[in-house]
Amino acid sequence: MATAQALFRICPRSGLQFHKSAEGLIKAHAVAGIVMLLVGGVLALLITLTRWQAIHLVDADNFYMFLTAHGLDMLVAWIIFFEIAILYFCSSTLLRTRLATPRIAWFAFALMVIGVVMWNTTIFQGNATVMMTSYVPMPAAHWFYLGLILFAVGALIGCFVFLGTLVVARGEKTYEGSIPLVTFGALTACIIAIFTIASGAIILIPTWLWSIGYIKHIDPVMYRVIWWAFGHSSQQINVSAHVSVWYAVAAIVFGAKPMSERVSRGAFLLYILFLQLASAHHILADPGVGTEWKVFNTSYAMYLAVLASMIHGLTVPGAMEAAQREKGYTKGLFEWLRKAPWGNPVFSGVFISLIGFGFLGGITGVMMGTEQLNMIIHNTIYVPGHFHATVVLGTTLAFMALTYFLLPTLFQREIILPGWAKWQPYVFGGGMAVFTLTMMGAGTLGVPRRHWDITFAGSSLPYEFPGTALLMMTLVGLSGVLAIIGGAMYIIVAVGTVFFGKRLDAGAYTTQISPLRLPPVAAALRGHGVVGGGFHAPGTFTLALVFLVTFVLYYFVNWKYLSTVWGLS
Amino acid sequence: MSAILPPPKRVWSKEPIGRDEVLWIAIAFVWCMIMFFMMPYWHVYGKQNLSAETYRVKPELYAKAAQDMVDKYTVRTETDEKIPVVAPPAGSDIYLIARLWSWWPILELEKGKTYRLNLSAMDYQHGFSLQPENINIQVLPGYQHVVTIQPNRSGTYAIVCNEFCGIGHHKMVSRLYVK
Repeated sequence: MATAQALFRICPRSGLQFHKSAEGLIKAHAVAGIVMLLVGGVLALLITLTRWQAIHLVDADNFYMFLTAHGLDMLVAWIIFFEIAILYFCSSTLLRTRLATPRIAWFAFALMVIGVVMWNTTIFQGNATVMMTSYVPMPAAHWFYLGLILFAVGALIGCFVFLGTLVVARGEKTYEGSIPLVTFGALTACIIAIFTIASGAIILIPTWLWSIGYIKHIDPVMYRVIWWAFGHSSQQINVSAHVSVWYAVAAIVFGAKPMSERVSRGAFLLYILFLQLASAHHILADPGVGTEWKVFNTSYAMYLAVLASMIHGLTVPGAMEAAQREKGYTKGLFEWLRKAPWGNPVFSGVFISLIGFGFLGGITGVMMGTEQLNMIIHNTIYVPGHFHATVVLGTTLAFMALTYFLLPTLFQREIILPGWAKWQPYVFGGGMAVFTLTMMGAGTLGVPRRHWDITFAGSSLPYEFPGTALLMMTLVGLSGVLAIIGGAMYIIVAVGTVFFGKRLDAGAYTTQISPLRLPPVAAALRGHGVVGGGFHAPGTFTLALVFLVTFVLYYFVNWKYLSTVWGLS
Repeated sequence: MSAILPPPKRVWSKEPIGRDEVLWIAIAFVWCMIMFFMMPYWHVYGKQNLSAETYRVKPELYAKAAQDMVDKYTVRTETDEKIPVVAPPAGSDIYLIARLWSWWPILELEKGKTYRLNLSAMDYQHGFSLQPENINIQVLPGYQHVVTIQPNRSGTYAIVCNEFCGIGHHKMVSRLYVK
């Protein structure tokens, strides 16, 4: 056993046990993630103010360059850095064990940092304005692909360190029975990540060789299918990771126990089995791929992964409700929700993330992922509208909420500007919700994504979009700026706290793993949860039905709209 | 006792499941099946389905086919660049070329008639986006995609490129007429 030195620290506030080897790595990954969020956020401001047609801030060259960097720095760098931090937290900290091979983990971190620096340098030199997707045969300088490959290899090693840590914990018997649900969710994310990164390697390595001239031709259909097995599946890592964060926060804030371990774990299992089929979502408007393939894959084999998300959508707030009811908030359907700690950003961030992800991200994702409906959405600005609802409102906001928990526990600092922290999820979430809705509105009116000038100034045959579309784009600009202010508040609070927050009692380092200590809030709650049949979360169930009705109506509204366009066969 | 701790019973898999969860899973499952069967249903009964008819093609050969059509059916030219406006007969194969940074030629179609619209790109990937109809189809180099279309409203339409194709991407816009 590696416990000869005093390496374990019990956080006096949360009861969590941090091992020194993991502590440093979790901090490094979280900080690297937030640095990338800052870079991506500055780019977001420049992009938003350019698509706001009245301001039209930067020129076309810079717009496309910034958009390429924004996509990669946010969707790949910020999120994956933070996810590796979550993987280490869910393994080492939650299982109260040392991290497997910390030196290799640091090496992996270094690879990721080198990769990020490499692709950013190439992009900002102007040699890789190809968008995040870098569709062949549009070429980028080979450093660009190499940077992506190095980052991916680093992340892959991180996944194996996580798996190794699970093995260590099992071998050293640091827990009894099964791993916690949150760790199980992280394991799901890790398994999907390995599939994802392998797909990335399968397509990016040949593309890199093509960029230096060793391979003559990369087929565009093949590129799209395999690249999206990387590009879309990596979003499924995010889903698994942020659903795990939801469960973790339900446990941390409310002491909530999952409604049923069986149901929640089963839902994660459905993710592992079916989520990676979603590569097809991006190929629906493509030639060269058969209809049956599209229909089967785009629906994740009959929507079984959508089913999983709908289950989590019930069980996460349901667990919160059951815990609140046990505390005595039993009046009516929604007292539990009214009396929830809305001033605590750990909770409010997660709850807004949950609602935003479900209503705005989830429903619209299914719309676009329906084979025929995709034709009236493909490559319009509806698409970024959808994925800002999933990845920003869903994943990023959940990670922000978790940060407010990690600052006092992991970084042992008291949060500076608590008033800002309290309002941040509302500013960011509110801005982002309007941003995504108006983007989708504009997309419905045909506004293309990744487009510098929808007034087509200087073209010989310009097209004039309806006035509503331009109004929508103005609202996209306004709400985008609001969301960026919310993002800036987060970065100021997080970075400010790490550097200037009051130091809190860290708890002494000890040599041994102490017996399970429940956080005080959790210790009080033992009785709730499922003890037989019956309704345990009637309020949540009602919300779920509201969700379903919205979903069904919006679904058929889109079919109705499709039925009015030109005949296509 | 909570999601961040190991489940209390070793055999958590035998715990009973609450009625709200079971009911929700059942409802959600039924909804998933309805959504799944909507797609094949629309292939049989719906009028808007994207064709999968595709051929591999060399850009030169595709350009030649388009040129042949232009030579036969041009009715006039438009703009300073003299872009041909082509009115091919109903039912025929009509060709649209996507290239940096234009659509070529301009097609003039008749309302209610069907045409076999051929799409292919000469260089990079492009995006066929018919406005304000908002029909969007990916256009790839080396692949000839044949989509049967039936315009149901007359008017002047725009074809916007909605796949990023380089620095002139936002200038790639053209017309399509339906009489």
